[in-house]
Amino acid sequence: MHEVILLADALFPRGVEQYLFGGLLIGLGTALIYAGTGIHAGASTFLESTLSYGSKLRRFQQPRFIASRDWRVVFTLGIVAGAAAYSVATGEFGWTTEVQPWRLLLGGVLIGIGTRLGKGCTSGHGVCGVGSGSRTSILNVAIFMLVAIGVAQFVFALGVRP
Amino acid sequence: MSGAGIIAEHESHPLFLPLVFLGGAIFGVGLAMSQMARPEIVLEFLQFRDLGLLFVMGGASVVVGITFWALTLSGRSAPMTGKRFGRRLKSLDRDVVLGGGIFGIGWGLSGICPGAAYASLGIGNVVILYGVAGMFIGAYLQGYLRETRANAGTPSPAD
Repeated sequence: MHEVILLADALFPRGVEQYLFGGLLIGLGTALIYAGTGIHAGASTFLESTLSYGSKLRRFQQPRFIASRDWRVVFTLGIVAGAAAYSVATGEFGWTTEVQPWRLLLGGVLIGIGTRLGKGCTSGHGVCGVGSGSRTSILNVAIFMLVAIGVAQFVFALGVRP
Repeated sequence: MSGAGIIAEHESHPLFLPLVFLGGAIFGVGLAMSQMARPEIVLEFLQFRDLGLLFVMGGASVVVGITFWALTLSGRSAPMTGKRFGRRLKSLDRDVVLGGGIFGIGWGLSGICPGAAYASLGIGNVVILYGVAGMFIGAYLQGYLRETRANAGTPSPAD
């Protein structure tokens, strides 16, 4: 029994409650939009649909981006507002990351390319696609998860912190 | 000329945008509560120092899985759009594999992903704007490259 507790402490040093309840709420928000509209709301199509406001590239001027760009802006504003309300209520508002700007910028560029080429991100493939039992999504998630673990361990081994 | 003649999805029902905002806000509370809005916590997960994030994606996909499954099985259409309930299925091709790999490099390097980055801005983490700017640059780059490749006569990948 003691060993089990030690193992749980090692694997989950912060406990699991906030992770589980946070995950359930992420699912609930997605499920609510789906129940009302039938739409699988992912977070990353917003990048391309928002580019359609300013770019004349035919890639971004596709009907599917133009028809959804307004609600995707509203969805993103909702995410920002919800996170802001939670952090103000818990007194965490104003927290800033120690991750270096070059990692955020370069990582962001790769994420922007990868999610649009791969047809989805952690919410589109990871939540909606996996929740749909889609083989395409499960494969995509398995790949980005394994690659990310390798890269994060490598960066850590190089002595880059955090 | 942009957008001319295309009917926006929200023009169908007055409560469409309020519902999307509410759903987004609940999603955002979840991202903040689950700590995914903090790149440090995501990196610790990827480095096996705190595996709690398993419960985030697990909890979210179970709720979504049950909802998608039950409503798809009902055979009904969504009340606000008339859209038939269905699962999220995308075609499998080389881009899914390549895109997943590139996404993984970015995620492992930075600890951010699109939804979590928006939420991170919400908790006041202004430094995340580097990441959000990067995502827009990346999304633009792939669109630009795909279009120039298509114009050069190479078959454009299906989407």
